Amino acid sequence: MQVTFRIQKYNPETDTAPHYKEYLVDDVDESWRVLDVLEKIKGSLDGTLTYRRSCAHGVCGSDGMRINGRNRLACSILLKDLDFRHVVTLEPLPSMPIIKDLVVDLTDFYKKYELVKPYLITKTNPPETERLQSNEDAEKLFESAKCILCACCSTSCPSLWTNENYLGPAALLKAYRFAFDTRDEAGDERLNIIDTQDGVWRCHTIFNCIEACPKEINITWHISQLKKAMVNREI
Amino acid sequence: MVHTFDVVIVGAGGAGLRAALEIPQGYSCAVLSKVYPSRSHTGTAQGGVCAALANEEEDSWEWHMFDTVKGSDYLGDQDSIEIMCRDAVRAIIELEHMGLPFSRTPEGKIAQRKFGGHTRPENPADPNSKRVAVRRACYSADRTGHVMLHTLFENCIRQGVHFYNEFFVTDLIMNKGVCCGIVAMEAGTGELHVFHARAVMFATGGYGRAFRITSNALIGTGDGCNIAYENEIPLEDMEFFQFHPTGLWKLGILISEAARGEGGILRNNSGERFMERYAPTVKDLAPRDMVSRAIYTEIKEGRGIKGSDGTYYVHLDLTHLGEQTIREKIPEITGFARTYLGVEPLKEPIPIQPTAHYAMGGIPTDNDARVLVNAKGKVLPGFYAAGECACVSVHGANRLGTNSLLDIIVFGRRGGKAIAKYLQEADFTPLPHEPEAKTKQTIDGILTSKGSENVSQIRVKLQETMMDQCSVYREAKTMKELVGSVHELRNRYKKITIADHGKKFNTELMEAIELRNLLGTAETIAVSALNRQESRGAHARVDFPKRDDKKWLKHTFIHYNGGHPKISYKPVVITKFQPKERVY
Repeated sequence: MQVTFRIQKYNPETDTAPHYKEYLVDDVDESWRVLDVLEKIKGSLDGTLTYRRSCAHGVCGSDGMRINGRNRLACSILLKDLDFRHVVTLEPLPSMPIIKDLVVDLTDFYKKYELVKPYLITKTNPPETERLQSNEDAEKLFESAKCILCACCSTSCPSLWTNENYLGPAALLKAYRFAFDTRDEAGDERLNIIDTQDGVWRCHTIFNCIEACPKEINITWHISQLKKAMVNREI
Repeated sequence: MVHTFDVVIVGAGGAGLRAALEIPQGYSCAVLSKVYPSRSHTGTAQGGVCAALANEEEDSWEWHMFDTVKGSDYLGDQDSIEIMCRDAVRAIIELEHMGLPFSRTPEGKIAQRKFGGHTRPENPADPNSKRVAVRRACYSADRTGHVMLHTLFENCIRQGVHFYNEFFVTDLIMNKGVCCGIVAMEAGTGELHVFHARAVMFATGGYGRAFRITSNALIGTGDGCNIAYENEIPLEDMEFFQFHPTGLWKLGILISEAARGEGGILRNNSGERFMERYAPTVKDLAPRDMVSRAIYTEIKEGRGIKGSDGTYYVHLDLTHLGEQTIREKIPEITGFARTYLGVEPLKEPIPIQPTAHYAMGGIPTDNDARVLVNAKGKVLPGFYAAGECACVSVHGANRLGTNSLLDIIVFGRRGGKAIAKYLQEADFTPLPHEPEAKTKQTIDGILTSKGSENVSQIRVKLQETMMDQCSVYREAKTMKELVGSVHELRNRYKKITIADHGKKFNTELMEAIELRNLLGTAETIAVSALNRQESRGAHARVDFPKRDDKKWLKHTFIHYNGGHPKISYKPVVITKFQPKERVY
């Protein structure tokens, strides 16, 4: 079977603005990943087509892009998940500077990730063995620890589109990952970073991030837990 | 542009990141990744990392060591294996202290599960006791590699490690017999950068992309190994490439051994639990080389299941595990079956086939990650290697599941410590004249070539040929053809043309260079495999079906030798365990 992919192209060395190019791709199967089609285009139709990819099964977070208007991973979406009998449109993740074709600049995304102190902070000396933690407490972290930093959520967030200083869902999810770790001893040091106008309070529960997350993490719920923690510490 | 650092680490997976954490404050350290650190292939490891914590049942590092030696088919160096298994307990506790979110036991300790080839004596008092599977693999659901990678990355951020993301290494710089830096291309700008350093570590990962069906990320193209090789550093034991028994059919995506550790069963076309015939005591939890061979044999003897495209698979049956186990213990991999094959593992078995998974071979090192330039053990000052690109050798002819994650944290750390010590005495060696000249020439050659060949076609042909002629079973006739085919593909490679002539983010150019690395690595695999006339671990010769300790209990070193590969041998270090027949 054939599919038509309409892909946003932009070459910073020759183009003044992004434009679209259509590719008719033969001999594909509905079980193919979108990434398989991209690989076929790059390998046989247009070597200049540029995108990031690595693990090809939704674990590394490299190939986040806009597929038919939704932020998805190209390796986690199969043709049969899409209306592939019509043209499939691919665009770079929105709201980020485009480097080339489907590749966006992640500088701001990682800057915000680093701002929330994405690491365990402890003040007491560890015991000789592991720090104890109940399995229930450990599992409270697993959803947030699943995050693959693909940027699908943050680039889908209208609050971030309209306020570039907002930390965004990915960074806040990471803040949850450590704030709710029973082993973490950062306390206010961690919460003060996100208890700001551009921190948790900029989240207006629009739920786009949940829609976008390829790991199906309920990001808004995690942010709401952070908000609750803020309110509780005020009281 | 020339940068100067005390240490340059190439690769930001587990080994590179763990090494970086050992570089003391006061020394400058750069870590290069051709992607972003959190996208390194370590993140795809699933099932666990072994250490004899004995949190779930009695265990000891000696038992872990014995299993690793036996799993390696006695080719692993026992001094190195002892270091790894003894240090495992400390290494895991350290990761927990760094913040790694482990699954837990009811007492709140790190939870452990069963894994292939990891055993304990059923009766520890009896030296001849039967060995049964032991819960030794520490895990975080089925995302152990992912959380390990993130934990190490997070700690590097805390420590202020200087990352160069999307920098692609192209060459190693040597002068006066000392390694003094590397050359790398910055993806974003296409610029070449020279990193002048007192010490360089390669932690560049494996080369599973030399095979058509693989669990490896697209970035696993053997860059570090081939760069070292072309700089006349030998590669060790390249013939030993592990095929993981349970890759998703057609795709090769990994379905962790944890699925069998939690009770999953392999079944053939009649529903028979066929591993009972191949490994009567540990059954489905036999080491990977044995299970992969068993699957090939089942299919060859007509007991496979024919797929829609005419290829064959067997079943991994998880239907009896129950929803809670699947949801809590192996959610990710069961999700892969749903997403990619449309199979609901709660209700139906998963079609699987062996998938190219892990390189036991690589850049030879000593126990402190120092790179060896010959089989006599001579060290190349200033150059270190750790992780999958390296060969210590702790995995010998076949790696046990979970020992890769252990390898990277133990030997990554040891390498980092060795570098820190080296920095106290070693000065900068001056750069040679125009260190980037060779890379420039390679890139200019690719950009100006006007031949009729295509990178993607050559790559696919290489992957198919390697899969057909050098995977689970091998024999002289087809491997001779393979050596010829790889040679022919290298000639075709000289005539490639690429469409993208831009400087910025030219992934087509990067893929062309990666293909060169894959071709070079594939040649070392093929030549080493043809040379070894015995069957040991993952290297199973149809024409030499038995292990031959008299002739072949030794490591292969393959030397580039100006493009005419030459082989030498290094003895295996045997300390505690004499080679025995390997039955499970």
